[in-house]
Amino acid sequence: MQTLLLVYLVSAFLPFIFAGKLKKAIPFFLAFVHFGAFAYFFSKIERIGNGDILRETIPWVPQLGINFDLVLNGLSIAFALLITGTGVLVFLYAHAYMKSYKNLGVFYFYLFLFSAAMLGLVLSGNLIQLFVFWELTSYLSFLLISFFHEKESARNAAFQSLYLTGFGGLVMVAGIILLGSVVGSYSVSDWVVNAEILRAHQFYLPGLMLIFVGVFTKSAQFPFHFWLPGAMQAPTPVSSYLHSATMVKAGIFMLALLSPILGGTSAWTYTLTLTGAITMFMGAYFAITQTDIKAILAYTTISSLGVLVLLLGIDTALSVKAAMLFLFVHAFYKAALFMIAGFIDKKTGTRDWRNLGGLARSMPITFVFAVLASLSMAGLPPMLGFLGKELIYEAKVQSPVIAPYVLVLGVAGNALMIAVALFFLFKVFLGKAKNQVQIKVKTDWAYIIGPGILALLSLFFGLFPAFLGETIVEPALISILKRDYNVELKLWHGFNTVFFLSLFTVFLGFILFYVAYTRDSVLVKWRAFNQRIFSVRFVDVFNNLLKGFLSFSKRKTELVQHGYHRFYILTIFLVASIFLWYQVYVTIGWNLDNVFTLRPFYVSGLVLVIIISTIFSMVSKSRIATIITMGVAGYGIALLFMYYSAIDLAITQIIVETLILVMFVLILQRLPLFARLSSKTTRLRDLFIALSFGSAMTVLALKSINVNFNHPISDFMIENSYTKAYGQNVVNVILVDFRALDTLGEVTVLVVAALGVFVLLKTKKT
Amino acid sequence: MNSVILQVASKYVKWLLVVFALIALYRGHNFPGGGFIGGLLVGLSVIFSSLAYDAQRARNSLKIQPEGYIALGLLTIFLSILPGVFLKQYFMAGVWTSIHIPFLGVIKLGTPFLFDIGVFFAVIGVTLMSFFTFSNIMKWK
Repeated sequence: MQTLLLVYLVSAFLPFIFAGKLKKAIPFFLAFVHFGAFAYFFSKIERIGNGDILRETIPWVPQLGINFDLVLNGLSIAFALLITGTGVLVFLYAHAYMKSYKNLGVFYFYLFLFSAAMLGLVLSGNLIQLFVFWELTSYLSFLLISFFHEKESARNAAFQSLYLTGFGGLVMVAGIILLGSVVGSYSVSDWVVNAEILRAHQFYLPGLMLIFVGVFTKSAQFPFHFWLPGAMQAPTPVSSYLHSATMVKAGIFMLALLSPILGGTSAWTYTLTLTGAITMFMGAYFAITQTDIKAILAYTTISSLGVLVLLLGIDTALSVKAAMLFLFVHAFYKAALFMIAGFIDKKTGTRDWRNLGGLARSMPITFVFAVLASLSMAGLPPMLGFLGKELIYEAKVQSPVIAPYVLVLGVAGNALMIAVALFFLFKVFLGKAKNQVQIKVKTDWAYIIGPGILALLSLFFGLFPAFLGETIVEPALISILKRDYNVELKLWHGFNTVFFLSLFTVFLGFILFYVAYTRDSVLVKWRAFNQRIFSVRFVDVFNNLLKGFLSFSKRKTELVQHGYHRFYILTIFLVASIFLWYQVYVTIGWNLDNVFTLRPFYVSGLVLVIIISTIFSMVSKSRIATIITMGVAGYGIALLFMYYSAIDLAITQIIVETLILVMFVLILQRLPLFARLSSKTTRLRDLFIALSFGSAMTVLALKSINVNFNHPISDFMIENSYTKAYGQNVVNVILVDFRALDTLGEVTVLVVAALGVFVLLKTKKT
Repeated sequence: MNSVILQVASKYVKWLLVVFALIALYRGHNFPGGGFIGGLLVGLSVIFSSLAYDAQRARNSLKIQPEGYIALGLLTIFLSILPGVFLKQYFMAGVWTSIHIPFLGVIKLGTPFLFDIGVFFAVIGVTLMSFFTFSNIMKWK
């Protein structure tokens, strides 16, 4: 599996290497890599089905218990097959769809890197590693949505999805760390072992909610759903791959992964079922009033994701089984429909159903596939979607804890789905041919093969569900439930509650469709009604929040980063002197008996010179006099160093003092004439702060003589300077050997400071 | 500033300072001195000749520009780190060898000394960069 990920990573860079005629072969080659991976996972199905778990571990940060774990079990193989399988078809489709665009190399790079990240995510056996891949997919989704970055709407949508999913990811990692601190490990298998402890721990609820925020943003759950319709700005292969088949399912994967660990509690059940039910109904409700066929599909995707969350929330064996099956159902029909929508867009130049109609005559093959996919979406027999829907109803009816509202919302949502599916078919493919713009696009087989295979799979598995059920859904279920479970899928369940619910739903759906189809005014009024009632658009709320946050942080930043050098220094000195005086106060018992004396006389003379020149520099009204007297003080200090035999310090002090003097004189000419601008109170305040800081430093320096640790570090330095570091100058050895890292930092600071001087003054000039 | 005495003196003092700087760098490990002091001294030597003539002329006479010195310094520091990383598995560990040079006897060479040379160059660059930035703007005459 490591090799596989490595191959993916390397292959992602191929679009940059291929050039000229080979460039056209890129999507085929990448599809081939996907196919290879698909075959690899397919060959492992039997072993996984027998209960084997393939595991590979590379130490990453062993100190924190974080390893690069790759785990292939029933759950991850189901997702891996989905990712690689749809990957093959999407890349073939992209070959036709993306032909006429520029920057194709970058596009395929992003898309393939996304596949790699997504595979890494579902194979992760470690939650920190999973988070890294999770963020990678968010980021690549951002890049892919903004692929047409000349359009402002695409950029905005991309940023929105990045902010939301990025925010969710960060919240989620907080939850992971919180719960990880309970277990002491981030490995999923360790979490499974400690599941009881986790569920009983006080961090359970906050950790769970944090993780839910991540899941809900990623899988477009209410109230974070609005980024997904915006993401339709992406090229259609991206919509069908990321935003219906794989990336948005990452949240579902996370829930499935965590359900044996954190599931089964009322917090889990009620949060997920409520969110899922609302999302499910809302997605279907808004889908029907959309006019853009891609937007319709986006809203139905939201609805389907709601169904999946709801099912994992119910958390019975039956509901998890329904969820795993529906995962495939949805991937098959939704990816197919997206590809068909993209083809229609290419062929006619519009995605608005009001301008479309009668396409069945000009695109007969596509029509057949669209019928199959739409029937699966509507949940009508004999498609796989019917099976999925029956199972979902069964799970809802038999669920032990769920309120009736879930069933009501479920029936309403499904009826809306049926209406949407039929509406899509009838408006776009049947009816009068509108005088639409016909763009001559050569009917490339690559446009049709993807949706064709997916639609046929929907049909095939609907008729023969045993293979899907026993070889893929069953191992996935076993690895979620952690116990044996026998999956049998049948198309016909007999006359029972579920069947009558289904019948009722279909009846409702047909009525809805009939009304909407025959009377255009109904939909127009409905749309107007929605716009009036739901005038609070989540997108706007989000944008306002973002703006508010930015202006808030701007105000706060301006308060602290005001740009006045004197106030920065004032703040630093004030705060530092408060802490220093506090320290002096705490150590008040330490007496200063060991006060050093200023003998011989020339030392006290030197100190006197320093004091006098400092006072003079303070009161002088001439800048040049100030600089020179400060220089005198500096040289005086250098001489003091010399007296106490710190030769290195003395030399450095003298040279630096000279340099500063020269630099000061250079700056002097730039400064305005000397003037006294500050008021008397300001000057008094500054005097007070300066005195407070200076005297605190003095007292501290005097006190520090009395502090005696048992073994001063300097003894070690002196002892080992020559024997270990071959240097007799201890100061230098400390600088370049013992504490070389400090010196490295100091040199870096110096370099940055010099660059700062250069940049600041050079930019001011222009 | 147009002082003939200063201009004539600068020709000699400049090189004197550079030689002094090199000595300080070389003896730094055993006696007072080192890369930091040496670098500052070289910087001073250039500043001295710019005071005698002008900064532009001093800058033109440089073989390597300040940013080049900075780059050279950082690169040398980087090179000095590598042997420790690869031979001793520790970041910035000192690695020493001794070589025989005729007339000078045994000389111990180690990565700390190379590190010091890097500091030396970086400090030259930093000093000169700040100085030239200040003086170029003011059109030093």
